[in-house]
Formats: sequence, structure tokens, C-alpha cells
Amino acid sequence: MERVPILKLGDILIVSIQIDLDDQSVLALQEDLADMVVSSGARGVIIDITAVEIVDSFIGRMFSTIAAMTRMLDAETVVVGMRPAVAITLVELGLSLGGVRTALNLEKGVAMLEHVRGAAG
Amino acid sequence: MSAPRELPIATNGDVVVVRQQVRSLAAEIGLSLVDQTKIVTAASELARNALVHAGGGRVLIEVLEGGRRPGLRLVFSDDGPGIPDVDQALTEGWSTAGGLGLGLSGSRRLVDEFDLVSAPGEGTRVTVTKWAR
Amino acid sequence: MTVPAEAARRRIVDLFLSSEERLLQRWTQLSGASPGELRDLYQALRTALSSEDGDFADVRGLLAELSRARVRQGHTPSDTARLVFSLKEALYEVAEADGGPEALRGFVWFSRLVDDLGLYTFESYTAAREKIIIDQTEQLLELSTPVVKLWEGIVAVPLVGTLDSARTQVVMEKLLQTLVDTGSEHAVIDITGVPAVDTQVAQHLLKTVVAARLMGAECVISGIRPQIAHTIVTLGIEFGDIVTKASLADALSYALSRSGVEITGAARTRVAVRAERA
Repeated sequence: MERVPILKLGDILIVSIQIDLDDQSVLALQEDLADMVVSSGARGVIIDITAVEIVDSFIGRMFSTIAAMTRMLDAETVVVGMRPAVAITLVELGLSLGGVRTALNLEKGVAMLEHVRGAAG
Repeated sequence: MSAPRELPIATNGDVVVVRQQVRSLAAEIGLSLVDQTKIVTAASELARNALVHAGGGRVLIEVLEGGRRPGLRLVFSDDGPGIPDVDQALTEGWSTAGGLGLGLSGSRRLVDEFDLVSAPGEGTRVTVTKWAR
Repeated sequence: MTVPAEAARRRIVDLFLSSEERLLQRWTQLSGASPGELRDLYQALRTALSSEDGDFADVRGLLAELSRARVRQGHTPSDTARLVFSLKEALYEVAEADGGPEALRGFVWFSRLVDDLGLYTFESYTAAREKIIIDQTEQLLELSTPVVKLWEGIVAVPLVGTLDSARTQVVMEKLLQTLVDTGSEHAVIDITGVPAVDTQVAQHLLKTVVAARLMGAECVISGIRPQIAHTIVTLGIEFGDIVTKASLADALSYALSRSGVEITGAARTRVAVRAERA
């Protein structure tokens, strides 16, 4: 099983998925992220999926779970860089990623987190 | 192009291998990027189904040639408990494994042809086909 | 093969090989093809018939080439097949002149061979024509899918003409890719130039809007004609919370305001635009 590295930048955690994730790694990432949000006191999480070629229902559910989980820990999650083919497939699959914020790229994801925080505080 | 090949589905890692094999063949026969993504996603759902519901199974991957356009056919089979009510299993949101219930109904929408054969105690066989446009 | 059949076959091949000039002249007359084309074909046939294994690959290659050329020149498939079939008539005259029973029996065998080659020509012709149609369809799809930038961060696809499912899909994929490439968070799909939509096309439009949303961008659909609005409602398609605007101008002004650009001044005065971004 491969572990996905989690980077910390200020009070944002950045996860860039570069490998073809198996289900075990997906679950591990969920746990690692929750631990890391608490230990680092991060206010935002960015999941970069620019390199991800497919998102099936299991990975899609991971996004929703992480978003709900981090929200409970007072951090917002943004999924960035979804490829058009992946988005079209998700729509066809019937997955709406409810409760997950998305942005076109990393830069816009960071801006979104700042905006959300600005509105909140 | 290539002979049909069979891959085992026994671990989470095998599901990843199935995805990668399907993707490389889909690209080889000239499926569009969107269609490649759709068939790989369907393969991922169906392989996981076999693993979760039947404890494992296998997939036969076959390139279809000779018609007007090439196609890719995947046959997922397992010797698990089978599905008592096939119609219900294909209903959106119906799930036994605590999932989203999109595995079967969702995969059906991602492919051009979908066929499911199952009976209690006799395992399940799902055949999906995607044609190049 | 029985001995007489073998002899008959040998006889007709001999006749075929020995009457080159006469055959070619008659064949040209009957088919109306150019003597050059037929001579090449004759040579290939001669090589195939004289060879031990009877390999007709070269003949078929020539025929396929000829069929492709004829498609481009606008000949009908019957014309093209007749070119091959007329060889039978030319050879029959030679066989009749010979008069022997072996020659006539051999002719039946030869005629079956020519039939096969004729059918092959027909198939090559159809395949060549189909390829042209497919190429043209693809070229048309390429042509008809402009995605234009309206403003920094706002792109639009003005759709014109009848939308079919394939075309809608291509346009939509291109739109989504443009969002990524340009980093645009707003897209306008303008269907002013679309006379009608069916259920499938409406579904594709909807799916595109949802897909764009998944990627982190917003779509506005503008220019829905009254008939199309009627169709969509009658078909029972849920447009849900998708933003629709009457005109492209309205959609642009909506997208501008959403992206933080403020337009000041009345319509007929000078328009001053100020970006609000920090």
C-alpha cells in the first residue's frame, strides 16, 4: 500500500494525488488527513487531483467524507484540478459530490479558502 | 491485436491492475479520452463489486475487431452468493455493502452494452462493452 | 480436384495468357476504362494465375486502389464492379472461339474467380466511401465548435444549427477543456442559433453544466427560444438550479458580476469597467 504525502503550507494542508489509489490507500489517506488537521490546526485542506485519471464511486465518496470530516474539525476542503473527462464520467455515474467545494486549479483553490475564511471571520 | 486475457481480482491491488490494463487497451483501440475514462471507471466499480460481494473473482478483457469500429469487452465473473433480485440490484441507490449503490446502475450508464447474469448460489457475471466512436 | 477439372482450368489459363492483346482490347471496349489501368490489372492476374499458390493479394491491392480512385472521381459502385465483370465477356469470346469443351468448362471456373474479385471491388468501394463520410463528419465537428473568450475568466460557445448528440458531446468536451486551459471560472452556452433540441441534446447540455460545476466552474445557458423552452418543459427535463438568461448580453453581464467585475453607467453612455479583485 502506498501512502499519499500531505504537505503543510501556512494553515493549509495540501494533498496532491499522483498515484493510482487502491481502496486501502484511500482509507489511509482519510485517516491521515483527519489526524493531520487536528495536530496542525489547519483551517483548510486542498486535494489536488490534476494527475488523477479516474474517480470512481469509492474515491468520490472519499472526497465527501473528507469534506464533512474536516468541516467538523473547523477546516474547509476544496478539491482542485478535476479533468473534464473525469467530471463527465462522474456525472454519468450519478455522483454529485454533495458538500464538496471544487476549484479549477490549485491557485483558485487557495483563493477560495481565503475567501471562505474572510467571509467567516 | 491481442488475445483475450484474464486477470484475477483477489486484492485491492488487483483492482488497480485491472484499471491500468483496461486503460492501456482502451487507448490502444482508439477510444476517446472521455470514453476511456468511462470504461476504466466502470471496470473499477465492477472489479470492486466482485471483491466486496463475492470475495474475489476474475475479469476477461477482450478486444473486439472486425466490425466497423473496434470495441472493448470486459467480462467480470465471480463464484459468490449471486444476486437474488437482479432488477433491484440495478436500481440506483440500492446497496448491500454500505456503498452508494452506484456500482451496477452507474456502470451501466458508462458503457454501450451491459449484461448481467446471476442467480443465488451461482455467482455473478457482468459483461460490458464499449465501442470506439 | 478431378483431372478433367484440372485440365479445364489449365486450358482457360492458357487461353487467358496467350490472348493478351485481344483480351485487353475487348475488355477496354466493354468496360470503358483506360487501357493503362486494365493492363496493370491483367499483369497482376497473369502473375497470380501463373504462380503455384494462386496468391491474389496483388490483384486485390490493385483493385482496392482502383476503387478508391473511382470513389474520388465520382463513379458509381456498379460502374466500378462492371469494370471487373466485363473481363468475363471478353474472355468468353476467346473461349467460344476456341470451342473446346475444356475451355468452356474452364470458363465457368474463371468466371467464379472474376465474380469474387468483382465483389471485392464493390466492398473496397463502399469502404472507401464510408471512410470519406467519416472523415468529413469529423472535419465538420472540428469546424463547428468554436469556444471563444469573452472576457478574462469568461468563455462562451455560440452554438449554431441543428445539434445532434455527437456534436453536442464534442462541443461540451471542448468547452470543459477550455475552462481548464484558460483557468476560466465562467462559461456561457449560447443556443440562440439552435432551432430545436431533443431530449438527448438537452440532457447533454445539463450534464455539461453539472460537470463544469464539479470542476469548479459555472455555466450559464443563454438564448433559449420559446419553442425550445416549450420542448424542454414538455419533455419533463428538469433544468433545476441552472442559470438561464434571455440573451448572450444578459449572460455576459451576469458572468461579469459573478466574477467581481462591476459595470457602471447607463447603456448608451460610456461603459466603465472596474475589476474588484484585490
